[in-house]
Amino acid sequence: MALLEVNNLEVSFGLRQGAVKALRNVSFTVERGERVGIVGESGAGKSVAAFSILNLISRPGEITDGEILFEGQNLATLSDKQMRSIRGNRIAMIFQDPMMTLNPVLTLGQQMVECLQAHRKISTADARAIAIEKLRQVQIPSPETRIDQYPHELSGGMRQRIIIAIALLLDPVLIIADEPTTALDVTIQAEIMELLLNLCDSNNVGLILITHDLGVVSQITQKAIVMYAGRIIEQGPTKEIINDAQHPYTQGLINALPQQTVPGQRLNQIPGSMPSLQAIPSGCAFNPRCDFVMDECKTRLPEFTRSGGCSVACHMVRAMKQNPETVQPVDSSEEVK
Amino acid sequence: MNAAQPILQIKDLYKRFNISGDFLDQLKFEGGKIVRKQEHVHAINGVSFDVMPGEALCVVGESGCGKSTVARTVMGLLKPSGGSIHYKGDRIDSLSDRALLPYRQKMQMIFQNPYASLNPRKTINQTLEEPVRFHNPQMSNTEVADKVKEVMFDVGIDPSWGVRFPHEFSGGQRQRISIARALTLDPEFVVADEPISALDVSIQAQVLNLMMKAQEEHNLTYLFITHDLSVVEHFGTRVAVMYLGTLCELAPTKTLFATPKHPYTQALLSAIPRLEDNAPSHIRLQGEVPTPVNLPSGCVFHGRCPHANERCKVEIPELIACDDGSKVACHGIEEGRL
Amino acid sequence: MSSDVLAPAAAPSRWQRFKDSQLVHSFSRDKLAMVSFTIFVLYLLAALLAPLIAPYNPYDPSAIDIMDSEIPPAWQEEADERFALGTDAQGRDMLSTMLYGTRISLMIGICAVMLQMFLGVMIGLTAGYFGGRIDSFLMRLADIQLSFSTMMVAIVVLAVFQAAFGAELYADLAIFMLILVIGIAEWPQYARTVRASVLAEKHKEYVDAARVMGFKSSRIMWRHILPNTLSPILVISTVQVANAIISEASLSFLGLGMPVSQPSLGSLISSGFEYIFSGSWWITVIPGIVLVVLVLVMNLLGDWLRDVLNPKLYKG
Repeated sequence: MALLEVNNLEVSFGLRQGAVKALRNVSFTVERGERVGIVGESGAGKSVAAFSILNLISRPGEITDGEILFEGQNLATLSDKQMRSIRGNRIAMIFQDPMMTLNPVLTLGQQMVECLQAHRKISTADARAIAIEKLRQVQIPSPETRIDQYPHELSGGMRQRIIIAIALLLDPVLIIADEPTTALDVTIQAEIMELLLNLCDSNNVGLILITHDLGVVSQITQKAIVMYAGRIIEQGPTKEIINDAQHPYTQGLINALPQQTVPGQRLNQIPGSMPSLQAIPSGCAFNPRCDFVMDECKTRLPEFTRSGGCSVACHMVRAMKQNPETVQPVDSSEEVK
Repeated sequence: MNAAQPILQIKDLYKRFNISGDFLDQLKFEGGKIVRKQEHVHAINGVSFDVMPGEALCVVGESGCGKSTVARTVMGLLKPSGGSIHYKGDRIDSLSDRALLPYRQKMQMIFQNPYASLNPRKTINQTLEEPVRFHNPQMSNTEVADKVKEVMFDVGIDPSWGVRFPHEFSGGQRQRISIARALTLDPEFVVADEPISALDVSIQAQVLNLMMKAQEEHNLTYLFITHDLSVVEHFGTRVAVMYLGTLCELAPTKTLFATPKHPYTQALLSAIPRLEDNAPSHIRLQGEVPTPVNLPSGCVFHGRCPHANERCKVEIPELIACDDGSKVACHGIEEGRL
Repeated sequence: MSSDVLAPAAAPSRWQRFKDSQLVHSFSRDKLAMVSFTIFVLYLLAALLAPLIAPYNPYDPSAIDIMDSEIPPAWQEEADERFALGTDAQGRDMLSTMLYGTRISLMIGICAVMLQMFLGVMIGLTAGYFGGRIDSFLMRLADIQLSFSTMMVAIVVLAVFQAAFGAELYADLAIFMLILVIGIAEWPQYARTVRASVLAEKHKEYVDAARVMGFKSSRIMWRHILPNTLSPILVISTVQVANAIISEASLSFLGLGMPVSQPSLGSLISSGFEYIFSGSWWITVIPGIVLVVLVLVMNLLGDWLRDVLNPKLYKG
């Protein structure tokens, strides 16, 4: 049984213009100890997906369909109280901004001890010992003195380490990290990512990494999920997706990176921008920006096609699989006005 | 004009910000006496470089290294605390607002945050027309409108959208409008302060392409501020690496990426997440970036440098020219031990 | 590059834009705001059209008969059908007097707030934009002004004026004096609000962009920053008009406001106070209700505006 199995998840936001579906038909699994990356641009729904796993979607958003099976239990139907025993305990979350999670008026020790005692019957001294041990694991120098400091006394990279230590405090089996290093500098980012990778690996913890950075995904994760306009468009082993992406959007994302082009040449841009959730084009949501668009793409939603280890939602890929000769890519310069 | 004359020269630039507050806040009680204490953020500490016509000089560094302060000082948004800035040989850092006006037309700026850099209460046409009218009072309404239309078409925004307000556009479109605003005055020199860091990957490529196109068509010179080294490799003619307000290394892009010399540059380059390698293999730096309030003595990088020795802790390294055209500020390179 | 020129679309007209705005949407869903707004508009109309709709002219001494004094409202016994809401102690028709009184109250309130706004915006904008010593000086000035309560300043100034120039001249100039005193006493409210928004706006990049263009400080202040500080100004304006009306009413009640010959709502309440125990309660109570309702709807409108225009409340 998979550690986490998300089936057909649908999340809607009731806005004044009517309900907007932020997530549609999202299904994926995370195995024990597996590292999964969810990639997408802003507005793709990747953060909504992560938040909905922990039932952290706030009004006017709600889960309108689908199930989230975590160790066989459907999280979508749990009460707040039942959810609290899972959140932070079995599944931990790491946010983009460390100051969002750390209370500025409590010392690190107070926060960590409180967190431990909320979930376990444990003496303060024991809790403190565990906290120090976790701080040591995330390579905080001299954890015995650091534990009595306040969050503002620490640098950004140090705070993100503390967040990871707090996430590990109750020995979770799954960590959800929402853009954990976006606010940090490159050199610090590399260190935090390495730390996260090693800790998940050595403790056999599953990781869902939400990011827009394909480089980070390729270094950290084993499986990648690419999202566009609230749907998964491609998922499969990270290596396959990075080296041999099937969906035109994934290809476009990878090719748009400056390192994929000879310096000085124009970058391979994807024309246009992601549609807003209120105005998603019919058929395949990517069709107005796609170089390979066919008539079918404008009318019918593509279903998933297996291609190697990946599954891809694209009419073109399906047609190629069925009959490789018939499909000719359209010349992009003529197609888009 | 001499072709080899730099378009912009920065000499020994210093910028300090006083963070000690009012006079009353500065008074501290120490050792039984009341003393007046002033604290400064040392944002730029003796930075010198030239920008040559037609090139794209990229300034890279991590947050707090003073790269944005350099951009803002060059544009006259901040007054330098020391040193000088010359534009085509004329000193511009000490000019009054009025005397700066002719230079304002030639030097323009593109900002980081596309959501804050356009006035939310003005339509796109108003935003784009205002600078044209202001600098060319003799132009008729139709001439102004034609100029704006031309620039909007250049950056890929349909001119009929000019009557709309900024909030009706996406981030990438707004950044195009920002670029259009900079181009309305036909500048020669454009300072771009992290123009793509707030944008999505696919949009970053569009905006970078647009900037390269504008460079070719309008013969622009760029001073490009960024933290993203992969963009630099693609876009820059030369690269200046900054750390804690000082210049570590200044080199042609190819040279820098092929043979980074300064230990900090090496660490920075190794930290870029790349698609090819599957495991992170970066050079680990000790500790964290010190605050620019209390600068370390000697080389500002010595506390984190794996090769630092006693000399690095006391003596500030000079920028030294190497054979391959790069300039490095490092005692280790100078002594030949690195 | 022409390939990614945006597709043209018809631009919405100003009216369409207004109709689709958050303001109108929220208004159409908020019953309280709609009712308040309707009542406020009725007040405004009544004030504007008072000379046309009032059955009598309370300022015309020849139309007043002292024999008609203290006639109760129409639903009471001994009522006179000529006077729907009864008459006051001098025999003036209460309805007409109140219509004129509302007119005076609203005029003083709105004019005083305009004066406050003018002073406050000028001072706040200057202080916020230039900062440094100018800012410190102007804001300390505001602190000093605020440390005297509005009423205290007004009472002292008006009492001195009345004593120095006599009640005759005072009666002629009362309306201007009230506007001036209330206007000057409350400017720091505006100055502080405007300064706070200017400080927030000043660091946004569009201001830097305007500076890079070489625009003069005055142009940046008035054309770029000021339009972006209008929402908080609008919010405090509604509340400030209500406050100014109350201040005027209080001063009139204390005999330092409008003279009895040209009564505002406050002086009407005050003039009826002596008769309240002799049974003529309507002279005080009816204008009192009118005043309370006016102030209440203005405060409700102000609250609603604050909710709508404060993005933190509706987006967070």
